[in-house]
Amino acid sequence: MTLLRERGTRRPDVVVPRGRGSIRGPEARAGWLFVAPAAVLLALFVLLPVLMALWVSLTSWNGQGSPFTGRAPFVGVDNYTKLFTEDGLARQDFFTSVRNNLYYVVLVVPLQTVLALCLALVANQRLLKGRTFFRAAFYFPSVTSSVAISVVFLFLFANSGTVNAILGLFGIDGPLWFSDSRGLVHLVLDGVGLVNLDAPPAALADHGVFGLSWWDWISGPSVAMCTIITLVVWTTSGTFMLMFLAALQDVPVALEEASLIDGANRWQRFRAVTLPHLRPVLFLVLTLGLISTWQVFDQIYVMSQGDPAKTTLTPAYLSYRTAFRSFDYGSGAAISFVLFSIIVVLTAVQRWLLRERRG
Amino acid sequence: MRRLTSTFLGYAILVFFGLVFLYPFFIQIASAFKTQADAAAHPLSLVPHPFDTSSFLRIFDSTDFPRWVGNSVLVTVLVTAGRVFFDSLAGYALARLRFPGRGGVFATVLAVMAVPGVVLFIPKFLVLNQLGIYDSYAGLILPLIADAAGIFIMKQFFESVPPDVEEAARVDGAGVFRTYWSVVLPMARPALITLTILAFQGSWNEFPHTVVAVQSPELFTLPRGLADLVSGSLGKGTQYPLKLGAALLATIPVAVLFVIFQRYFVRGANEGATKG
Repeated sequence: MTLLRERGTRRPDVVVPRGRGSIRGPEARAGWLFVAPAAVLLALFVLLPVLMALWVSLTSWNGQGSPFTGRAPFVGVDNYTKLFTEDGLARQDFFTSVRNNLYYVVLVVPLQTVLALCLALVANQRLLKGRTFFRAAFYFPSVTSSVAISVVFLFLFANSGTVNAILGLFGIDGPLWFSDSRGLVHLVLDGVGLVNLDAPPAALADHGVFGLSWWDWISGPSVAMCTIITLVVWTTSGTFMLMFLAALQDVPVALEEASLIDGANRWQRFRAVTLPHLRPVLFLVLTLGLISTWQVFDQIYVMSQGDPAKTTLTPAYLSYRTAFRSFDYGSGAAISFVLFSIIVVLTAVQRWLLRERRG
Repeated sequence: MRRLTSTFLGYAILVFFGLVFLYPFFIQIASAFKTQADAAAHPLSLVPHPFDTSSFLRIFDSTDFPRWVGNSVLVTVLVTAGRVFFDSLAGYALARLRFPGRGGVFATVLAVMAVPGVVLFIPKFLVLNQLGIYDSYAGLILPLIADAAGIFIMKQFFESVPPDVEEAARVDGAGVFRTYWSVVLPMARPALITLTILAFQGSWNEFPHTVVAVQSPELFTLPRGLADLVSGSLGKGTQYPLKLGAALLATIPVAVLFVIFQRYFVRGANEGATKG
C-alpha cells in the first residue's frame, strides 16, 4: 500500500518531457470526454440533490406537486427551530434519537475497535496454521447483505431463539429482546438497589433538557438496542481487522526480534513496538467507526423500526420516517442536515484532537 | 513448554472466534431446512429433524422472490458494468490526461466521497421525483452508478503505474482512446477486478437506495423484498425457516464470489480505507 502511494506521487508530466503543443488540444478534449459521464452522474445524483434538499428543509412541502414551483410554503428555519427550541413532539423525538445514537456510538466504536485489534493480533501469529481460513471467517460477515444478516439476528435473538437457548443452558432466563425498552443503566441502577425502575427519583424525572428528563437521558441503550449493537460489532470487526492486519504486516521483523533479545515480554513488546506502529491505523479505524455509527439505518429498518418505545430510533431512521412515512419532507431534510453537521463536527474534532497528540 | 501453551491458547482463541463468526450462518442454513415447530423448539441444533424443504417451495410460491432476484440481477449487472467503465475512464483522465478543470473535478470527487450516504435519502428522492424517474428502473439504477470512491481507487492505481508504455504507444501515433483501450486497460486488470468485486457486492447488497427510489413491489430488489418480508408489510407471522431460507439464498452469490476472489475482497477493503 505505502509502496503504491509513494510511487503514486510521481507526476507523469514531470517524468517525461515531450512536445506538449501538438497533443494538448486532443488531450484536453479526451480528458473532458473521459470524466464527463462520471462527473455528470455525481453532479446530478449527489451535489444537485443536496442543494435541493437544503431548499426543501426551509419549506413545509408534503410531497404533493413540486417543491420548487413556489407552491410549497416557505417556512424559513422553522423546521430547524422545531428540533431545538420549541417544546413539542418533534424536539422530543429528535433528542430521543440523538440519545439512542449516542449510546450506540459509545458502545459500538470501542467494542468493534478492540475486537478487530484482538482478531488481527491472533490472526497474525506466524506459528499458527490455518490463519488464512480464520481470517476469511472473521471477515465474511462484513461482505454479506446487511438485510440478510439482520434477518439471521432476528432469529438468534427471538424469544425462543438461539441466544436465549444458550442463556438457558446457564440457567438464565433471557429477556424478550426486541420488546424490552428498559435501558441498561437503569437496569444496573435498579439491580444494585440505588433506584426503583417504577418510581424513578423525582430529582431526575421532573427536570431535564431538550424535552427529555435527566432520568431519560441517563437510561443507557435499551435491551433491544443491544441486539443491534451486537450485530453491528459482529459484522464490522472483520473489515477493521483487515486494516490492522495490513499495518501489522508492516511492522519490521528486525525490530520485533531486537525487542525479544532485549528480553521484552509479550505485553512490553506490544506496547513499545507494535502499538506505535498501529497508531495511524487506529486513528483511521476510530474515525471510520465514528462516521459509520451515526449512519445506522438498515438494521433499524429491518429489526426494530425504532421500537420498542422509540429506544432504537436514530436520527437517520427518524429523518426517513418523518419524510417518507409522515410526509413532512421539510422536517425530514432538516434532521438529515443536522445529522450531517454532527458527523462533520465529530470528525473534525477527532482529527484535531489526534493531531495535537501526534505533534 | 511456554511456547506450547501459547500455541494452544492461540488456537483456542481462533476456534472460539471462528465459532462466534460462523455459527450464526450454520444455524441459518440448518434452520432453513427445519419445520417451523422444530426451528422454534431447537434453536441451537444444527441438525434439522425432520429434514424439510417446504420452506423453499413456499419462498417461490407465496412470495415475489423470483421477481426480486430478476431485479437484483438486472441492477447488479448494469451498475457493475457502468461503474467499472465510467470509473476507470474518469480515474485515468484524472491521473494522466491534462485538461483545464482537472483539479476542480478531482476536488468534487473528494467532496462527494465525504458526504455520508445516509443524509442523501431525501435529496435523492427529490431529484428522482423532479426528473420524473421516481419508482422506475432508471431511478433504481442510474444514481447507483455514480461512484466517487471507485474513481478515486482507479486514479490511485493509474498513478502507480509507470507511464513509459503509454508514452511509447503515443509516440507510435496511437490516439488517446486507442492507447487507453488497448494498452492501459489490459495493464489495469487487477484494479479492474477489485473494482468489479466492490461494485458487485455493493449493488447486490444495496438497500437504502431501493427504499427511497422505488415503492412498487414489481421494482423490489432482493434486499428490499426481504426487508419488507420480515418487517411486517408482507409479513406472515414468524415463519423463521422461510425467512432464513430467503436470506440464505440472498447471501449465496456474494459468498461464492468471496470464496473465489478472497484476495480481491481484502484488497478492496484496504483500498476503501485510504479514502478516510
